[in-house]
Amino acid sequence: MSAQRTTYRECMRMALREAMQRDPRVFLMGEDVGMYGGSYAVSKGLLEEFGPERIRDTPLSESTFVGAGIGAAMGGMRPIVEIMTVNFSLLALDQIVNNAATLRHMSGGQFSIPIVIRMATGAGRQLAAQHSHSLEGWYAHIPGIKVLTPATLEDARGMLWTALEDPDPVLIFEHASLYNLEGEIDAAAGAVGIDKAIVRRPGKDVSLVTYGGTLHKCLQAAEQLAQAGVQAEVIDLRSLRPLDAETVLASVRKTHRAVVVDEGWRSGSLSAEIMARILETAFYDLDAPVERVCSAEVPIPYPQHLEQAATPQPPGIVAAVHRVMGRHV
Amino acid sequence: MNEKRERALRLLRHMIGIRRFEEKCAELYSAGKIRGFLHLYIGEEAVAVGAMEALRPQDAIVATYREHGHALVRGVPATAIMAEMFGKAEGCSGGRGGSMHIFDASRRFYGGNAIVAGGMPLAVGLALADKLQNRHQVTACFFGDGATAEGEYHECANLAVLWKLPVLFLCENNRYAMGTAIDRYQGQTNLSVRARSYGMPGEQVDGMDVEAVATAVARVAAEAREGSGPAFLELLTYRFRAHSMYDPELYRSKAEVEQWKKRDPIPAFQALARGQGLLTDADTTAIEAAVQKEIDAAIAFAEAGTLEPIEHLTADVYTPARTA
Repeated sequence: MSAQRTTYRECMRMALREAMQRDPRVFLMGEDVGMYGGSYAVSKGLLEEFGPERIRDTPLSESTFVGAGIGAAMGGMRPIVEIMTVNFSLLALDQIVNNAATLRHMSGGQFSIPIVIRMATGAGRQLAAQHSHSLEGWYAHIPGIKVLTPATLEDARGMLWTALEDPDPVLIFEHASLYNLEGEIDAAAGAVGIDKAIVRRPGKDVSLVTYGGTLHKCLQAAEQLAQAGVQAEVIDLRSLRPLDAETVLASVRKTHRAVVVDEGWRSGSLSAEIMARILETAFYDLDAPVERVCSAEVPIPYPQHLEQAATPQPPGIVAAVHRVMGRHV
Repeated sequence: MNEKRERALRLLRHMIGIRRFEEKCAELYSAGKIRGFLHLYIGEEAVAVGAMEALRPQDAIVATYREHGHALVRGVPATAIMAEMFGKAEGCSGGRGGSMHIFDASRRFYGGNAIVAGGMPLAVGLALADKLQNRHQVTACFFGDGATAEGEYHECANLAVLWKLPVLFLCENNRYAMGTAIDRYQGQTNLSVRARSYGMPGEQVDGMDVEAVATAVARVAAEAREGSGPAFLELLTYRFRAHSMYDPELYRSKAEVEQWKKRDPIPAFQALARGQGLLTDADTTAIEAAVQKEIDAAIAFAEAGTLEPIEHLTADVYTPARTA
């Protein structure tokens, strides 16, 4: 194994390049993915390498270029559509929910829609309330699509190809705070499975269930907790639909305590779904009520201190764990 | 039998086929055999029949929730369409879509979209796929005048022109967006004028004249096939029946409807073809008999159809895993 130092952004770019090289049906389209290099610079250099037929800059028309991706997928291509942020994806919600998610079932199984839609999500860059929300939990509500949240270099590198091989629509949410994440990755790293949650840090005392940008906050919290003698098990969901509840439940049955950490808002959220699954199936395994750490129920504000206060942070996670452990700090 | 006569017989057969099929659908709706929404195409037959005459089997079709006629002319069997409306497993969409969601992958018939303008981006994407794979095919996108008020229409017109995609924007202008007359929702009621401003050909065509429609669509299809990009045809037509079976038609006068019925595309075409010596009254009699037989068979097929087992409810939400 030869490890190389790299970033999350570079891993995504490697994945895009590999997909373009491996399958001539693959093309990328979206706003500023070509000449500009992608609003988060993920696709930088790809236009020069693959040309404007396969790296397609689109007009600012989310509904149409997402819908065109769906149509192109039905016409035999393997489109990757980039939407700048999840907030802009709302302009394409009709195509994603009413077409991509329904056409197969509604037509009696006549069509598969092998499209991959990537977008940035989440707060942490002081971009205020129209560029910082975490709406992937909404998408996870919709049957007919799959929702992935790569949080590590390996998943940034490996989920895209697996998503492209999937015959159904796959949405990939890239937390904007992760693009500069640095680390080492095996030079030979490639496709990864997308249907299982993973224990990122084993522990016996409490299960921290999370995904995406808050994975790293949970890992920081777990480190602090370890110093206080609490062994937290950190679970990265990786896929929000389908949801691998088994991995979560197995952990909760072992630790008997759980804290769900989700950058989405609390009310009607993915965190509520995770809690419900735990309560439905592992209620009698619990030694304490399940806690949640979510974003405050406000539009994410611009100033750094308010943005930080509005979103889950390690101290809040640590405090929640201490509460379920029956210790008060 | 010469080619002209054959063509005239085909056009009349298709128009009468749609008319009688839908008249029967209305009856079956009242009888409770068909439920949900049912939108009839009666009065607009010349548009679908003329357009399909000009298209090839390898071309793609994207239609709306008023699509029985398009599906029939495209060759989706009347049996499968009727079974679909009955909600039977033998329906062309397995009974899951109903009247508004007729699909037939084998005939490149991509629905049956019940979100106004929602099918347009799909049409743009299908055309993009053809272009990227060097297939000289066109995608015919049918939509009503109401759809031209939606943002997706503007986005699609722009993108199709920008990328020179072989999309035919076939606007069935029946003058009403459900119950709102065109001059009550459009600042520019000549939709072709606005279409031209995007940089594509746009023209008005008499949508009550099946030959005029066929000629216009054949011309723009040939150009698009050669790589000239999209085109917009505004097919001026009229819906004789209510918007759907729930519509009390409070928004238009009976006199207006009667005025348009005088331009019924079927008698108009019969008179024209008779005058040209292409068709006789005996042809109409024979067509009516054949159509009746087809409809009877469709109903019998739908009645005999089976209900999808409830255990299959969640099948095909996702594509089944490939078996090794």
